[in-house]
Amino acid sequence: MNESQIIEVKNLKKGFGLQKVINNVSLKLFKGENLVVLGKSGSGKSVLIKCIVRLLTPDEGEINVLGENMGSLNRDALGEMRKKIGFLFQSGALYDSMTVKENLEFPLRRMKMNLTSKETDRKIEEALENVGLSDALYKMPSQLSGGMRKRISLARTIVADPLIILYDEPTTGLDPATSDEISVLINDIQKKYKTSSMIITHDIECARATANRLIMLHEGEIYMEGDLEKFEKSPDPLIESFFKNNNNKIN
Amino acid sequence: MKKITPVLKVAPIIRNVKKQTIVISEKTLEKSRYINNYMSETASFFLFISRIIKATFSRDFEFREFFRQCFQIGYKSLPLISITGFIVGLVLTIQSRPTLVNFGAVSMLPGMVAVSLIREMGPVIIALICAGKIGSGMGAELGSMKVTEQIDAMEVSSANPMRFLVVTRVLAATLMIPLLVLYADLLGILGSWAGANIKGDVSFSLFFSQAFSQIKYIDFLPAFVKTILFGAVIGIVGCYKGFTAGRGTESVGIAANSAVVLSSLLVIVLDLIAAQITDMI
Repeated sequence: MNESQIIEVKNLKKGFGLQKVINNVSLKLFKGENLVVLGKSGSGKSVLIKCIVRLLTPDEGEINVLGENMGSLNRDALGEMRKKIGFLFQSGALYDSMTVKENLEFPLRRMKMNLTSKETDRKIEEALENVGLSDALYKMPSQLSGGMRKRISLARTIVADPLIILYDEPTTGLDPATSDEISVLINDIQKKYKTSSMIITHDIECARATANRLIMLHEGEIYMEGDLEKFEKSPDPLIESFFKNNNNKIN
Repeated sequence: MKKITPVLKVAPIIRNVKKQTIVISEKTLEKSRYINNYMSETASFFLFISRIIKATFSRDFEFREFFRQCFQIGYKSLPLISITGFIVGLVLTIQSRPTLVNFGAVSMLPGMVAVSLIREMGPVIIALICAGKIGSGMGAELGSMKVTEQIDAMEVSSANPMRFLVVTRVLAATLMIPLLVLYADLLGILGSWAGANIKGDVSFSLFFSQAFSQIKYIDFLPAFVKTILFGAVIGIVGCYKGFTAGRGTESVGIAANSAVVLSSLLVIVLDLIAAQITDMI
């Protein structure tokens, strides 16, 4: 595996019962890039990244992350590997019974980073500052708006300094202004933490704002791969259906 | 003869054997699916228990969450358990006093109430109430955590959700439910004393000394062991149903409901087994 390849997915297949969700998908994520995976709902995008972190077990194929075969890792090694991977869930997945501070403390404590309580507090404050919500420290998730929940969730993702961030629909359910803010945050985090990211979305504005490279998934297979320009100029009806009505670019 | 509609035909391809077709009806297939589901559910339940045992004895016990669950299960159930325990003792006394008066055995009332509360009424009634309150709470909470991907989020944070969510809840229920039952037994005897004083006049100290003089270790110990098992069953079933909930919001309700139904049923079955074992002793 090339050193610049952070994630390599080879001939991945995953189905649920008789339904095939991912059918022979192969892709690579390179160091420092934002790879956007586009596709309609049900095209297997979320299943793909859940297979990468082994929340789901693939039926066939191989997934290598940072040179390690994810399928062959034991529980301890998987835990170690997951320290290097941040995962932003579609729903935010903040723990309802914990305050924002406890939500951010949770991964830091479990990842055994041997931090003192002062260092932990400093990391939490820094993560919250990065998402612009320093004053939300003692709020409960139920007191936060949709956009704030996404930001806190992003803060929880970056608090443990991951090398890779997997974003599952980061702008779903948000208004256009908040979606733009999240897209800008994704870029800021990429620059500041030098992360490599895979962004699962069907939001074209988010894709335009964040993508270095795009992959279109359709019916569980890779339909098209390339840069933004290739997608914008494609005469393919399926690609056009995504791009033609979305001409407002974010600067 | 009733005609069977074939839905599946199996024709064995064996040379030199007369070709036969086995016809399986939809009804038979439905039955086999039902049995298959039942068997796989039972296997998955026991697998879940083995995972709990493994996680309980693994490193890094979550003490903070365990104490939080003890507070949630124990302290927050006190008002309900207090009222229930008191009323059970009161009603038992009001109902049984006239019969005992007819037989001239009213002096046996404190002992009778105490023994029946400690041996049977207290453990079973409180366990059923806890199955409703605590079991459904666990099923709904863990079910909604599953639906909103919070359990997945714990998994990718290098945390072990079994250790953090399940072990702490099961152990807290196993510890707190027996304590709640003991507390309810005491309040039941207090309620019985109040009941005895509605139509009679008996002092607090006399009533309690008579009640406790009738209680032997053989009344108390099996009942206490039984409540530990009740607590474990309520915790395990509540967590199992929540942890294995489906993906939609509807599954949260189903998880809560089935947690109550299954844990209540298992409490009754365990009570029957415990009664048989105690009888043999």
